Amino acid sequence: MTHEHDLTCQNIIENLNAYIDGELDDVLCTEIEAHIQSCPDCRIVVNTLKKTIELCKNADSETSLPAETRHRLFAKLNLEDYDKKD
Amino acid sequence: MNENTETFELEALQKRDRAVFAQVLDQNSDRIYRLGLKMLGNVQDAEDILQETFIKAFNNIDQFEGRSKISTWLYRIAVNESLMLLRKRKGNTIQLDAPLETDEGDLIPRQIVDWCCLPEKELMNTETRDHIQEAVKTLSDANRAAFILRDVEGLSTQETAEALDISESAVKVRLMRARMQLREELTAFFAGKMIKETL
Ligand SMILES: [Zn+2]
Repeated sequence: MTHEHDLTCQNIIENLNAYIDGELDDVLCTEIEAHIQSCPDCRIVVNTLKKTIELCKNADSETSLPAETRHRLFAKLNLEDYDKKD
Repeated sequence: MNENTETFELEALQKRDRAVFAQVLDQNSDRIYRLGLKMLGNVQDAEDILQETFIKAFNNIDQFEGRSKISTWLYRIAVNESLMLLRKRKGNTIQLDAPLETDEGDLIPRQIVDWCCLPEKELMNTETRDHIQEAVKTLSDANRAAFILRDVEGLSTQETAEALDISESAVKVRLMRARMQLREELTAFFAGKMIKETL
């Protein structure tokens, strides 16, 4: 790929996952960033996709086992004597 | 969890040490419960998955060879339990290694709306949280499992592949589909809010 050969929006979509996960080599990463700088549509897709992942992760982060469920779990496995919480 | 902890656990686990069973339970029950909740969508099923996962794990502890993290191994059991229950509920077959749909349409972004500028309180209130939960439920079971493990629970691609017993490239395809579908869902949701605000 030469420097004159610009990436298309389709190329961006194909590499979106790997780009977001930081799995691309530096050259491709730089080219994608250059495209995003000059292409508002791709910029919005990248930003909203990142935000989507962040929101889904955060929406769930505080879910932990209810105390009663935990007690029943330890009891089910005959480990009541190790169920120290609450 | 560092390697030393895992090594220590492995030896004691193989001796069926109750204190170590309790330790494994303590360290992994929240994440297995969350997986069940996201996969099945209700607390009763999530509790069943939780109990079944640890009963199976402790009964078959000799099959755990310590090559992967114990959490990855537990996720694998929990995913299988979840899919079995879903299959029973829906009366159809779900296979994680089923051929991927040939329709690539769901990878093309449809809605281009920049909703990232919305205030934090709009992006993370109870209504949004409920909507996200509903959106996750609309994913196919196989895509949902990949998304939960990789993006919500933070497993690596390799760990997710191990937990789902599929290739890393299959994980990436499923993850991409899940992410793009969720982006469309959230875009529709937030775009609606932005229109209301400008009225
Ligand atoms: Zn573009």
